Amino acid sequence: MTAIADSPWTRQRTNRAARLARAGTRDKVVPADDIVALLEALIEPGDRVCLEGDNQKQADFLARALTQVSPERVHDLHMVQSVLSLPEHLDLFELGIASRLDFSFSGPQALRLAQLLGAGKLQIGAIHTYLELFGRYFVDLTPKVSLIAAQAADVHGNLYTGPNTEDTPAIVEATAFKSGIVVAQVDEIVERLPRIDIPSDWVDFVVRAPEPAFIEPLFTRDPAQISEIQVLMAMMAIKGIYAEYGVQSLNHGIGFDTAAIELLLPTYGERLGLKGRICRHWALNPHPALIPAIEAGWIESVHSFGSELGMEDYVRARPDVFFTGPDGSLRSNRAYCQAAGHYACDLFIGSTLQMDMMGNSSTATLGRIAGFGGAPNMGADARGRRHASAAWLKAGREARDGLAGSRGTPRGQKLVVQMVETFREHMQPAFVETLDAWKLAEQAAMPLPPIMIYGDDVTHVLTEEGIANLLLCRDDAEREQAIRGVAGFTPAGQKRDRAMVERLRARGVIRRPADLGIDPRDATRNLLAARSMRDLVRASGGLYKPPRRFRNW
Amino acid sequence: METLAFTFDGGRTLPPFAPALVGVVASGNLEVLLEPAQEASCRVVVDTSARGFGAIWEAVLRDFHARHGVAGLLVSIHDMGATPAVVSLRLDQALAAIAGAGEET
Repeated sequence: MTAIADSPWTRQRTNRAARLARAGTRDKVVPADDIVALLEALIEPGDRVCLEGDNQKQADFLARALTQVSPERVHDLHMVQSVLSLPEHLDLFELGIASRLDFSFSGPQALRLAQLLGAGKLQIGAIHTYLELFGRYFVDLTPKVSLIAAQAADVHGNLYTGPNTEDTPAIVEATAFKSGIVVAQVDEIVERLPRIDIPSDWVDFVVRAPEPAFIEPLFTRDPAQISEIQVLMAMMAIKGIYAEYGVQSLNHGIGFDTAAIELLLPTYGERLGLKGRICRHWALNPHPALIPAIEAGWIESVHSFGSELGMEDYVRARPDVFFTGPDGSLRSNRAYCQAAGHYACDLFIGSTLQMDMMGNSSTATLGRIAGFGGAPNMGADARGRRHASAAWLKAGREARDGLAGSRGTPRGQKLVVQMVETFREHMQPAFVETLDAWKLAEQAAMPLPPIMIYGDDVTHVLTEEGIANLLLCRDDAEREQAIRGVAGFTPAGQKRDRAMVERLRARGVIRRPADLGIDPRDATRNLLAARSMRDLVRASGGLYKPPRRFRNW
Repeated sequence: METLAFTFDGGRTLPPFAPALVGVVASGNLEVLLEPAQEASCRVVVDTSARGFGAIWEAVLRDFHARHGVAGLLVSIHDMGATPAVVSLRLDQALAAIAGAGEET
């Protein structure tokens, strides 16, 4: 051992051995009441620690344990995790256990994160997209210790991550292959796993948590809450964009707007004769709202970032559509699905809280630091894409028509659609002259305003007033009026140059519902293939089992 | 609560029609009642739960009148915080409910 210790090339390995030596003669499977002592033995001050917080699955037991270590022994940790969702994730900073943070998304803790930052309790390295943070795990943010969550382990430490695999493989790979230490909490320890998602020699310790890991059903939208305006906008998306470009592969955001599109495919889409011509391949979590389209034979494949509570049995029964393991259950993987959404999808459609007159959009609002998650990976042109599809080529042609030189070099372009009602709840205008992101950047001393999707990546803005096709705009003045021209009665919309907006409409840059042959009075909830949670259950033949909070019958 | 009243002149006077009611008074929604009126104008009375949006109401209603150009009409609105999109949709639905008055412009 001395020879190894003296080598300047194996310090990380030596350090790992020292940590394991401090952990002593413990078995690989440690009892729950030993976890705080184990973490104190394994973690050193200043360590980079990944406390698995995914979009849905949370290593909640290990998070609580980490808040209980002695700040005298364990302090100044640098947390590198994709999502800050639990109060414990921020308690670490208040308790003086952690001091630095690199992350992707903090929606549920956005307010408190901003407060702690203001109080000087933590430093933020950067706010990332998911793929970007995973990328940095393999470059300059490799975790020294990762505290992860799995559904089950065997006594050897093999892990079964179940339907919510999510971020686990990316985290473990980066940690285990760079002399780091991996500790997993599991819901149960079994004799034989249904399948092995993480092999035992990448895992150092396993602890059975007293409660199953917390998983949030983030992607369930009750069809009962979809409005007629959302139905109208969904009709416009299907007829004015999906059919127009022949979109075959896509990713949807998580709002009610996109749930309305999913529920209109087997009704309105069918009536337009679009089955088989659009929406065949998806990078998408198993959205319950997709069930009617799947059952109607619209969907050929769905690869998922994570799972969705209640969809387990349905997914298991539809392996031709979903990616499933030999055990039958869903295999999700956030890193692969983000890559798929970025490179292999023709279209992303999502919503935002604010959009400015150049098409930049942001979900940042004053006093809240919410992060980005995956939207920027989905909602950005994949500059490295080289394979062609009809939709990608058409978008690229529209953007380059009439241009010469380097800007006219033929290439395709991803369709990035922002679907927003002109006013949000409480009459907050979605269209603004200046994004709150600018002020937030100033307040939090960020190097750039936290723009979620850049205007030059947005190809279409869809509101109840119409569709603005930004690909066809030839300068910033046209772009500005195209956006104002669909911004409705918001102050930004009322400042439109009416003559220019009419010229843009004549060129097809702006298309109103009437220009698309859509009568807004036809936009009724009767068009939805399911109008309630119960309808979704029925459409699934009883295989979908919504969480209790969504059961209203 | 706020009560707003607007009058828009000009347009084609509607032939006699039976009053029409669409929508419901519920959160984010509104009720629109259309009745014939003697005046050669379109008069709108809005009872709304949200204060301070007079300018937006005027813009939405002016746009409605410009799109359809109808007169001899009293529009009564009971609003519970509907967005302009919903207001415009209800107005169009109400006008369509009046036989022969719903031609698109």
